Amino acid sequence: MFDLLTEKFSSVVEKLKRAKKLDEKTVDEALKDIRRALLEADVNVEVVQQFILDIKQKLVGQEVIKGLNAGETVIKLIYDELLNILGEAEPLTKAEKPPTIIMLVGLQGTGKTTTAGKLANYLKSKGFTVGVASTDVRRPAAAKQLCTLAQTIDVPCFVDENEKDALKLTEKVINQAKNAGLSYLILDTAGRLHIDEELMDELVKIKEKVHPHEILYVADSMQGQEAIETAKEYHDRVGLTGVILTKVDGDAKGGIALSVRKVLGVPIKFVGVGEKISDFEPFYPDRLAQRILGLGDIQSLIEKMEAAIDEDKAKKMAERVMNAEFTLEDLKEQLQMIKNLGPLENVLKMIPGIGSKIKDLKVDEKQFVKIEAIINSMTPEEREKPHIINGSRKKRIARGSGTTIMDVNKLLKQHKEMKKMMKKMKKSGKMKLPFNMPNLPF
Amino acid sequence: MFKSVVDRLKKGLNKTKKQLSESLSVLNFARSIDESLFEEVEFALLKADVGVEATEEIIDFLKKESKKRKIKDGEQLKQLLKEKLVEILSCCRGQLNLIGEKPDVILFLGINGSGKTTTVGKLAALLKREGKSVVLAAADTFRAAAIEQLEVWADRVGARIVKHQAGADPAAVVYDAVNSAKARGDDIVLVDTAGRLHTKEHLMKELQKIKKTIQKFSPNQPCETLLVLDGTIGQNSIKQAEVFKQATDVTGIVITKLDGTAKGGVLIPICQKLKIPIKFIGVGEDIEDLQPFDPENFVEALLG
Repeated sequence: MFDLLTEKFSSVVEKLKRAKKLDEKTVDEALKDIRRALLEADVNVEVVQQFILDIKQKLVGQEVIKGLNAGETVIKLIYDELLNILGEAEPLTKAEKPPTIIMLVGLQGTGKTTTAGKLANYLKSKGFTVGVASTDVRRPAAAKQLCTLAQTIDVPCFVDENEKDALKLTEKVINQAKNAGLSYLILDTAGRLHIDEELMDELVKIKEKVHPHEILYVADSMQGQEAIETAKEYHDRVGLTGVILTKVDGDAKGGIALSVRKVLGVPIKFVGVGEKISDFEPFYPDRLAQRILGLGDIQSLIEKMEAAIDEDKAKKMAERVMNAEFTLEDLKEQLQMIKNLGPLENVLKMIPGIGSKIKDLKVDEKQFVKIEAIINSMTPEEREKPHIINGSRKKRIARGSGTTIMDVNKLLKQHKEMKKMMKKMKKSGKMKLPFNMPNLPF
Repeated sequence: MFKSVVDRLKKGLNKTKKQLSESLSVLNFARSIDESLFEEVEFALLKADVGVEATEEIIDFLKKESKKRKIKDGEQLKQLLKEKLVEILSCCRGQLNLIGEKPDVILFLGINGSGKTTTVGKLAALLKREGKSVVLAAADTFRAAAIEQLEVWADRVGARIVKHQAGADPAAVVYDAVNSAKARGDDIVLVDTAGRLHTKEHLMKELQKIKKTIQKFSPNQPCETLLVLDGTIGQNSIKQAEVFKQATDVTGIVITKLDGTAKGGVLIPICQKLKIPIKFIGVGEDIEDLQPFDPENFVEALLG
C-alpha cells in the first residue's frame, strides 16, 4: 500500500541531500511535498495539518545528525514521528474464561465477513479452537457466506437463517457457541452506517448482550476523508478495542491507519493482504513506518518465505547449490517455491531499494509456466544431465511443452549460467537468495 | 432515559455545528476576500475527498477569477465555487443508455465491496417498474454466497436469474444468460461480476473475456459497462476508474453509499480527468435510493 507515500518521501530525501542545515525554508519546501503525499494517501486533513506542524517544529533548526546527511536526518525524524503515531503493536486480549469473544463491526462492504473467516483461520493456525457466528439478519445470504468460509477452513459456524431478529439471533448463536468448548468465538455483525441511529442502537444492544472481549472495527484501507468520522462514531457508541485494515493488497495508500491512531488512539491489530483466506497478518507499526519511508519490509518478506518454503527441501536445495549440483529438476522446484510466495511484484516490493523503483515493473509469471512446461517435457535423465540434450531431443521437448527450440535453448543457457555462478558463490562462500539469480527471464 | 435524550440532542447539534463549519459557512459572513478564506475553501474541498490536485486547481481558478470579477465577499466567492464545480461535473451528466435490442446487456464491475450486487438489484427493480423484463446473470462465481445474494434480489424484484455453481466460469454464465434472454425475448440482462481489485491483472483479463462473450450475440453490446464506485473511498477511486476504463472501456459510473457522511468529492477529479458519464448515485438502502446524477444537487450536497 503506502507505495505513493514511499515515492514522495524518497523525492524529499533527494531534494534535501545537498542542504547543509535544516533552516525554515528548506523544511517548508520538504514538508510541502510530504503534505501532498499524505493527503493523496487519504490521511485525514486535520491529522495531516497536525503532523506537519509537529514535525516542522522538530525539524527547523535541527542539527544534521552526525553521520547522516540532511535528507537522511529528515527521514529519521519523520520515521520517529510516524512510529510515535502508529504506536505499539498489540496482541489480542484473551479472556480468563474461554471463549474469548471477538466482535467485528463496521460499514457495509469493508470486508467483515471475509475478515471473520481470515481471523478464524489465523487463530486456528496458531493452534486454538475457533468458531464463527453471524448476527447479520439484513444482507441477503450473509450467513451463508460466513458458513461457506468456515467450511473451507473446517471451523464450526453458528447461524440461524430463520431468525430475523438480530438480538434474538445473537442470543441463540452465543448460547450454542458457548457450549462448544472454543477458545475463540468470532462474531460477525451486519454492516451499518454510523449515522443509522436504529442500527447503531441495535449494535449497542448486541454488545450488551454478548460482552465481547474485543470489538474490532473493520476498515477498508481505501476509505477517504470521512473514514475517521465514521470510526469515531463507532468508537463513541460501542468502544472499539482495535482495528483491522482490509484490502491492503491493492494500491490503496491506507492513510486511515495514521488517522485512526492519531485521533482515536485505538491500535491497529491486523491487516488483510489478499483474496485468499490465509492472506492475513498481524499489524506491525515499525514495518509500516519503514515501508512508508521506503526502507523496505524485509521482516515481512522473511516471514513470508519461511511460511511458503518447505524447510527440508530448502536445506537440500542449499546443499545441492553449494556443491554446484544444481540440476534442472532443482530449478523447477525452486520456481515452485518462489511461486508459493505469491505474486512476484508483491515480493519484490518488500525488498529495500527495489520498492520505489518497481512501480511499473510487471513480472511476467507466464514465463514460469513456460519454464516448468519445458522441464516437465524432459526425461529424468535429461533433467539430471542437461548436456545430453541434443538437437532431436530439443525438438521433442519443444513439441511436448508447446514451446519453440529457441525457448528450450534459452532455458538451457540460463541454467548453465546459474550453475556457473553457483560455482563462483561456492568459492566465495556466500549463499544468496534466489532473487539474485542471473538472467531469469523477468 | 432523560439523560440519553439530552445526550443525543447534544450530539445532533454538534454534528450540525461541525457540518456548518465544514460547509464553508464562514464564507457567508466574510466581508472581504483574503488568504485565510481561500485556505478555508481548500480545507473544505480536501475534506470532501476532492483530492489535492483538483483542489489546488480549483483554488488557483478562484483566486484568479475572483480578482477578475472583482468579487468582494464570501457569498459571491461561494457562488463562484459552485459554478465552477457544476461546470466540471456537467460534462459527466449521464443517462442510462439503452438501445432496445432484445436483450440489451448491462455489465457491472468494481472492486470488492463497492456495492455491485446491491446496485444490480436496485436497477433491476427500477427497470421492472418501467415494464421491462429483466434477467440477472450471476457471474460472481467467486465470492462465497454471492449467487445466493443475487437470488434474493431476483425474488424480491421478480426477475429471472441465470446461475451456475460457485466457482464456475463467469463467461459461461453470461453466455447462458444472454442466450436464454435472446430466446425468450427478454429486454435487459444485468450482469453481476465478482469484485476485483484493479491491480489484479488476470481478473481484469477475465472481464475482457466476459465482454467478448457478450459481443458474440451483438456487436452493440454491452450497451453499458458500469463501474460501481464506493462513495466512502477516497483518492484510490481515481486509480480504479483509470484502470477499469483502460481494461474494459467503462461507459458510466455508479457511485454508491452516499447516504452516510461521505460526500463523494472524488467524482470531481474523476470527471475532470476521465470524462466518464455518471449515471446513478446510491443514497440509501431502499430500492428507490438509486437516483439519477444531477450536478447541481450534487454540488449543493457537497458544499452543504
